[in-house]
Amino acid sequence: MNKIESRNVDFFYGSSQALKNINIAIKPNTVTALIGPSGCGKSTYLRLFNRMNDLIDNTRISGTVMIDDQDIYAKGVNVDSLRKKVGMVFQKPNPFPKTIFENVAYGLRVNGITDKKFITERVETSIKQVALWDEVKDKLKKSAFELSGGQQQRLCIARALAIQPSIILMDEPTSALDPISTAKIEALIYELKKEYTIVIVTHNMQQAGRVSDTTAFFYMGELIEYDNTKTLFTNPKIERTQNYITGRFG
Amino acid sequence: MKPFYKKFSEKFIEGLLMLSGTVTSLAVVLIVFFLFKEGVSVFNQEAVEEGYVVAVNKKNSADHISSEDLKNIYDQKITHWTPINGKPDSIVLFRLEDISNFYSDEQIGENFEGLPTCLSSVVDSLPDIIAFFPERYLAKNFKGKVLQVDKIKMSEFFGGKEWFPTAQPSAQLGVMPLILGTLWVSLGAILLALPLGLAAAVYMSEIANEKVRRVMKPLIELLAGIPSVVYGFFGLVIIVPLIQKTFQLPVGETGLAGSIILGIMALPTIITISEDAMRNTPRAMKEASLALGASKWQTIYKVVVPYSISGITAGAILGIGRAIGETMAVLMVTGNAAVIPHSILQPVRTIPATIAAELGEAPAGGLHYKALFALGCILFLITLFINLTVEFITGRNKHQKH
Amino acid sequence: MQLPDEHKLASSKKRKQAIAFWIFRIFSYAIIAILFSILSFITYKGFSAISWGFITQMPEEGMTKGGIFPAIIGTLYLVCGSMLFAFPIGVLAAIYMNEYVKDGIIKKIIKQMTNNLAGIPSIVFGLFGMSLFVNKLGFGDSIIAGSLTLGLLALPVVIRTTEEALKAVDDTFRQASLGLGASKWQTTSKVVIPIAFPNIITGLILSIGRVSGETAPILFTVAAYFLPKLPTSIFDQVMALPYHLYVISTSGTNIEESRPVAYGTALVLILIVLFANLLANALRKYFGKKVKMN
Repeated sequence: MNKIESRNVDFFYGSSQALKNINIAIKPNTVTALIGPSGCGKSTYLRLFNRMNDLIDNTRISGTVMIDDQDIYAKGVNVDSLRKKVGMVFQKPNPFPKTIFENVAYGLRVNGITDKKFITERVETSIKQVALWDEVKDKLKKSAFELSGGQQQRLCIARALAIQPSIILMDEPTSALDPISTAKIEALIYELKKEYTIVIVTHNMQQAGRVSDTTAFFYMGELIEYDNTKTLFTNPKIERTQNYITGRFG
Repeated sequence: MKPFYKKFSEKFIEGLLMLSGTVTSLAVVLIVFFLFKEGVSVFNQEAVEEGYVVAVNKKNSADHISSEDLKNIYDQKITHWTPINGKPDSIVLFRLEDISNFYSDEQIGENFEGLPTCLSSVVDSLPDIIAFFPERYLAKNFKGKVLQVDKIKMSEFFGGKEWFPTAQPSAQLGVMPLILGTLWVSLGAILLALPLGLAAAVYMSEIANEKVRRVMKPLIELLAGIPSVVYGFFGLVIIVPLIQKTFQLPVGETGLAGSIILGIMALPTIITISEDAMRNTPRAMKEASLALGASKWQTIYKVVVPYSISGITAGAILGIGRAIGETMAVLMVTGNAAVIPHSILQPVRTIPATIAAELGEAPAGGLHYKALFALGCILFLITLFINLTVEFITGRNKHQKH
Repeated sequence: MQLPDEHKLASSKKRKQAIAFWIFRIFSYAIIAILFSILSFITYKGFSAISWGFITQMPEEGMTKGGIFPAIIGTLYLVCGSMLFAFPIGVLAAIYMNEYVKDGIIKKIIKQMTNNLAGIPSIVFGLFGMSLFVNKLGFGDSIIAGSLTLGLLALPVVIRTTEEALKAVDDTFRQASLGLGASKWQTTSKVVIPIAFPNIITGLILSIGRVSGETAPILFTVAAYFLPKLPTSIFDQVMALPYHLYVISTSGTNIEESRPVAYGTALVLILIVLFANLLANALRKYFGKKVKMN
């Protein structure tokens, strides 16, 4: 069974087509990397899975995107519930102007959970999952802005985990971080794979090679090649992929 | 020669630019100087109309009197000398026109040439008299005693409950009703404008699509551009009669009318500033909230509003500031009664409206004139305080976010 | 721990959002409705009062009949006078602030003072104008006293809009010019100002709109209650549109009978502001494109 599946997906910003006929199937508990040069559509594609593109005026999608065998663009689908199931981590750390605790508790509260004990426990578990607990346990009531960039990003991951999604989308999660913080996040991704299905957009090909099981290479809105990461990096079937991963363009 | 000329002209232009740059600072300094020079001198003035004297019998032990006591004596609220010099005798009030009770027209003379002598003997003959008359009728060898009227005290000025600058014999300059009136009307205005303005700001920045926003934005600017006298006129012909009818009042010129008009006038300030602040909320932050399953509305009140709260506060405070300083519209619709208001359906009078209404009739350099400048000082200080508060709020926030 | 029912939660969230958004929409439309009711009421009532004679004739019969010509001319004089003072100084000050002075204490002080000046209520400008220009300098109630007072009031507006216009000029233009050996003033006058010019003019138009409607600053510095002749020197008093509206609507000889004139005057004032706003917006659009194209 596939966790995520997209069939014949086209996507338009106004009249310009951003994605052309994308077909991908993603297995549960894997890490899939989306790579490609800037503007190739990889981020747009990622944002289809939690319907984040709905927020942009004048956009249109055709084809089907299935999560757990349900068409997420079908009529009557509740977008809020979908987003509860599909967590997201953004390019730059973007904590809310709230305390560390409230940042992680946010998703629970907006989804109608009021039980204090439950929230406290869940916040603690989530922060522990991202290995941030020891660093912040004494300052949960402090503003999240007081943390370093790397810590903030891990907090954002904890925030996504708190509502127990089954999929986590990551949009270049380390592009704003230093190498040490990046390494920590990559280690975290490896851990999280056990429980979650992860899709990550990255600019950094070494990162794709290090963390992902499968890799999809996008170019000009098309899916050029989609394969096992090892195969794609060592033995690409298509020349354009070869050129990109060896650094001849992009 | 040429390079020298070029260098010289560069320097000259820079000097000229610098001079222009200092004009605003100079203007502020000059405004403060002129305002406070006139305004503060109100406290060096006796609270009796210039050119008039207060006189008593020379056996009277009092040698000075406060303006409040003087007023109360002439209002016959004080009828005995007890509070002034401790003697329980009843006071004999004397105004200039009372002279005809003592002397005939012939004795006074056709051109009042006999008046000083008459006045002098009247004051001398009645031990419990208090007399108030023009200084020019003070005889050279006046047999009574001229009372010193106390200078206006800070406490009288700021704590006084009566504003009656043309009262005789002593002007009443209590600014309390004016300050309260100003705050009262402005508070009412902001209570009306804030919910409307914030709703519109949220709507424009978070809910409406770009097309609607592009139409609304210039309309709000237009609302800001309409002259205050036009607002006042509109209030006068529409709001005032409406209030009078709705509440069955004798007059519709009330604090409520002022609050409504000022509320409308404060809207553009509140909307523009808080909308700006909300639009500055990073997109990623809103998306993070939505990605956690929050609805758009939850995102607005849990993320956008807290993030932009300092900008929203700044907008609200500046809105109050605009309302406090507004002159013409208020002058036209509030009825201008200088009493401490007890209900929003009573006429009130604000500081700016008082200045606008009275300065034309106050002789330059006189007590009244100076008192109006003192009101200007109060107004200046209030608005300065408001602007500095806003700068502090927005400045501190900038610092925090970087 | 009972997790909330998915469907119930979703519909409750939806309902709350719908209610909140409706309230916001209604409030926003209410504001627009207020604006339109003011505009349409005054247009409707004022339209019948306005005629060629209304804007070209002297007031008659205790200002209940006739036109508002001297008030229009008076306002025109005051607008021109105040702009002659505020526009050059404001633009030069903005150039100094944006192009010349370096970040530091001086810039901070000037900025602070400009902000303070902008925050002073207009009636305080009136007080100041009266004590300095009318009394101290002995101009009396006159066009020059009124113009200077209004000019001071408009100064921060001109400075702000000009500064924004200058800030919008891309730094590469300056660097390119300086790189070619042009001096600072040459760069400013030949490169920066031409590019910023349309926006500077937009600011000028908006401040004209603002100045023409101000009443409080001219109450005691220039405005005449009734003066059916045109000024012959800058030391004359004049009538002015906003003051005229104030006078005939509150203290004229016959308030009821002068209502049509009041509506007409209010309409003229609104038209001036409307015209200024439309012109400014049109200029912004027109030149906005042109600057980008070049």
